[in-house]
Amino acid sequence: MTIIFGVPLAVFMGQLMLGLINGAFYALLSLGLAVIFGLLKIINFAHGAQYMLGAFVAMLALEYLGINYWAALLLVPLVVGTLGVVIERLILRRIAHLDHLYGLLLTYGLALILEGTLINIFGVSGSSYPTPEALQGGLNLGFMFLPTYRAWVLVAALVVCGGTWFIIERTRLGAYLRAGTENPALMQAFGVNVPQLITLTYGFGVALAAFAGVLAAPLYPVSPTMGSSLLIVVFAVVVIGGMGSILGAIITGLAMGLIEGLTKVYYPEAANTVIFLVMILVLLLRPAGLFGKEA
Amino acid sequence: MIFNRKTLASSIALAATALVASGAQAQMSNDELRIGYLADMSGTYRDLAGPGGLEALKMAVEDVGGEVNGVPIEVFSADDRNSADVGANTVRGWVDQENVDLVAGMVASSVSIAVSKVLEEAGGLAIISGSAASSITNEHCTPNHIHWVYDTYPLANGTAKAVVEQGGDTWFMLTADYAFGHALEADVTKVVEQNGGEIIGGVRHPFPTSDFSSYILQAQGSGAKIVGLANAGSDTVNAIKTASQFGLVQSGQQLAGLLIFLNDVHAMGLEATQGLLLTTGWYWDMDEQSREWAQRYYDRVGKMPTMVQAGVYSSTMHYLNAVEAAGTDEAQAVRAQMAETPVEDFFARNGRIREDGRMVHDMYLAEVKSPEESTGEWDLYEIKSTIPADEAYRPLAESQCKLVQN
Amino acid sequence: MATTHSLTPAMQRQRSARMRRNMLYLVLLGLALLAPLAIYPVFLMKVLCFALFACAFNLLLGFAGLLSFGHAAFLATGGYFTGIMLSSYPGLTPEAGILIGTLAAVVLGTFFGVLSIRRQGIYFAMVTLALAQMVYFFFIQAPFTGGEDGLHGVPRGELFGLISLSDNLPMYYFVLTVFVIGFAIIQRTVHSPFGQVLKAIRENEPRAVSLGYNVDAYKLVAFVISAGLAGLAGSTKTVVFQLASLTDAHWHMSGEVILMTLLGGVGTLFGPVVGAGLVVSLQTQLAQSPIGNWVSVILGAIFVICVLSFRSGIVGEIQKLVRKNFK
Repeated sequence: MTIIFGVPLAVFMGQLMLGLINGAFYALLSLGLAVIFGLLKIINFAHGAQYMLGAFVAMLALEYLGINYWAALLLVPLVVGTLGVVIERLILRRIAHLDHLYGLLLTYGLALILEGTLINIFGVSGSSYPTPEALQGGLNLGFMFLPTYRAWVLVAALVVCGGTWFIIERTRLGAYLRAGTENPALMQAFGVNVPQLITLTYGFGVALAAFAGVLAAPLYPVSPTMGSSLLIVVFAVVVIGGMGSILGAIITGLAMGLIEGLTKVYYPEAANTVIFLVMILVLLLRPAGLFGKEA
Repeated sequence: MIFNRKTLASSIALAATALVASGAQAQMSNDELRIGYLADMSGTYRDLAGPGGLEALKMAVEDVGGEVNGVPIEVFSADDRNSADVGANTVRGWVDQENVDLVAGMVASSVSIAVSKVLEEAGGLAIISGSAASSITNEHCTPNHIHWVYDTYPLANGTAKAVVEQGGDTWFMLTADYAFGHALEADVTKVVEQNGGEIIGGVRHPFPTSDFSSYILQAQGSGAKIVGLANAGSDTVNAIKTASQFGLVQSGQQLAGLLIFLNDVHAMGLEATQGLLLTTGWYWDMDEQSREWAQRYYDRVGKMPTMVQAGVYSSTMHYLNAVEAAGTDEAQAVRAQMAETPVEDFFARNGRIREDGRMVHDMYLAEVKSPEESTGEWDLYEIKSTIPADEAYRPLAESQCKLVQN
Repeated sequence: MATTHSLTPAMQRQRSARMRRNMLYLVLLGLALLAPLAIYPVFLMKVLCFALFACAFNLLLGFAGLLSFGHAAFLATGGYFTGIMLSSYPGLTPEAGILIGTLAAVVLGTFFGVLSIRRQGIYFAMVTLALAQMVYFFFIQAPFTGGEDGLHGVPRGELFGLISLSDNLPMYYFVLTVFVIGFAIIQRTVHSPFGQVLKAIRENEPRAVSLGYNVDAYKLVAFVISAGLAGLAGSTKTVVFQLASLTDAHWHMSGEVILMTLLGGVGTLFGPVVGAGLVVSLQTQLAQSPIGNWVSVILGAIFVICVLSFRSGIVGEIQKLVRKNFK
């Protein structure tokens, strides 16, 4: 058996694979944060709660309305994204002219409300969401047994990340978005409805979080607290990638998944800490993040 | 049966009142018996004790007719938010301002230890139902608290021993990397090796961890027959769920959970948990009396009780009976009375309170049913065997408790 | 007009403002001295500890414009170090233990500060949050913190080896003294030339740079003072409650101190004190009421309301009102 750094090659490959799948989650979540930060300049502290809401709505929809996984994958991001639109319209817009730190505090408050309410209604144990029938079972990759559903998560997350990158970097809508990020006043002068663009962007970022939530529902127990611990890690990913950088968020997300995966093999005790260590190193060497522009 | 208990209790109360008349009242510290229920009402441990435990406590109070020794029983509660200083503070306030006679509930071990230190200093009595740490009646024992339902010692001892006896002699340990996980791992290692088994590998994961796939893969690669989970709460739940996705059980390995509650199994579903061996202090469907009480609880709360919630009822009832028998609510007198009386009810069999404050009673080895075997939403365990009270808990000979003369 | 000591109207106003302020301080101090007669002293001590914590945090946010999302790390570091010292060296007096805890927080604060101070706004918040997370993981795994169980039975001991603190009243007056000292340090810092430069940096950093100020050094000093005082609050809290636990290190604690400051009034001296008092009372009262399970929802709602329509906080709004009506 080939040995890599004291670990059999098969185990090593398997761990890389798992790291990549986790990385896909990080990428999806940090992408949403980056999109929102790009235009609104706020750190969306409610992102974890909105991710959790995605999983919850999918579960409730299955339980009470009989909406299956595939439909939920489309519908839930729409529903939760609409909620995001409402939040932006009713609340975030009022503080748009203020220091952006207020946005962080406001969304933190929203996250507390969302989580606390769901805990009181549903408890914290959570419930399980069944893996859709077509994705049950597993694939034998030769070096590991990979549950089909995890393979699907990887593919779905990468497709959505790629699609988002394409829309933003290669389409007219994306061009407006980027221009709005650089100079909103000018865009307004050119007749682009910037407030509407902002609303839709926030809705889209929230929908991405909800999409990640639906993807996660069959993997982890669906509980009101599932988002809050993940959120802090995703923040670190965004900081490492460079705040607001779309490509940075995606690549860093995947890379951090890999690094974390390898840490779990060689020094598992540090698995939760390694991303923060990377963050500190990056900030010392490149203060604006790997893909960020120096302000 | 329950009806009997109620009538019995109230007739004793009636008789007592008739006999002693106002004499008994004079022994009570004030004109009320005051019970404070302290638990995590909104966080991670909400579902295993939380509001349901408070309901169980109220059931016990109602079942004695809402009064004892001629004074009414007052129940109040607080959320400790799993924080030792919130818990200690609340109880300090209860002692100083509310004349609390009994503190019940308590889940997070940090809260229980903090509360017992406060009561040791200020005087008072606590019955801890939810905590796992066996140190509560070992190095942290005080004359002011009793530990009721379970602790880590029988969990490790019961499950690990049974598993090795069934042929599971090679183990891979999945351990939460903090004091609680280390202690549990050490206990399990000892039991496994004593019974002729071997620990052939392990990994210490950070606390808390949501993604266990990497560790499960390492466990699969180890070739051990048994994967032991020396963790708790959401970590255990996540580990079991991931193990099921990676077909750990199908590929011939078996999981041994060390700290798992009914609500955890209910939340994960039988598909993911089937075949899991665990040790429990009580199960709602284990016999007629248990079912009867559980049904009454279910009618009020809408869920089946966990062993902790049942333990809150059992311990409160034992306490109230002791207050009545002793004719006083003075903490040490009541504690002595409680220790003199064996504990024998729907919850505890062969139960008694030792001098270190540990209530030892029969524990049970259970296996989680498969979806095919289960006949209902809460039909989750099959009781495989009974671990007698005397063997289940840490022997007093090994105790470091200052109340035990060795 | 030759020999007059007469003052310009502006100086007179300033002097009478200072007189009014000193009167206010005296009245408040008097109230604080009498408070334990009416209110449960342990509760008061909790309020004072958190008030000091919030004031320390506010020094950074309100007067240097830096939002730290990692202040829990300093509170916990102070608490753990004091707890460990007092438990392992029985001869140590409480004030020495508190001093050691505070020093530990100062050292950690210097480390945090050097790493984070060059970042601004949201970057700064994120960096402090990440650093605090690392401290949290350290405290979970370190062998001496008791992990999840926490550190218990820290002796209150005897102040200077003379006065026993085991009763609540002497303990209260000691905590009050610590608070007054901490508050005085903040008050002096804010009103010193150093504080003026900080404010200038907050208002317009590039201008401060072009005026020749070493902006980073100023911010770093402010950060270290703030961290040290947060550690002082944590150390004192450990002596009062005789325990240190992970709750103090969790990032929710960093969020709570922001809430206290925001509710009371960012950038006002008394705002954090009022905010801490309100939040602690709310938590204590609500936790024991039938709606106790909803504490975090209510805190979240207060956050939202504060940000939306109450940004100056309670003390800030009162100051505005006074200024409008009496000037």
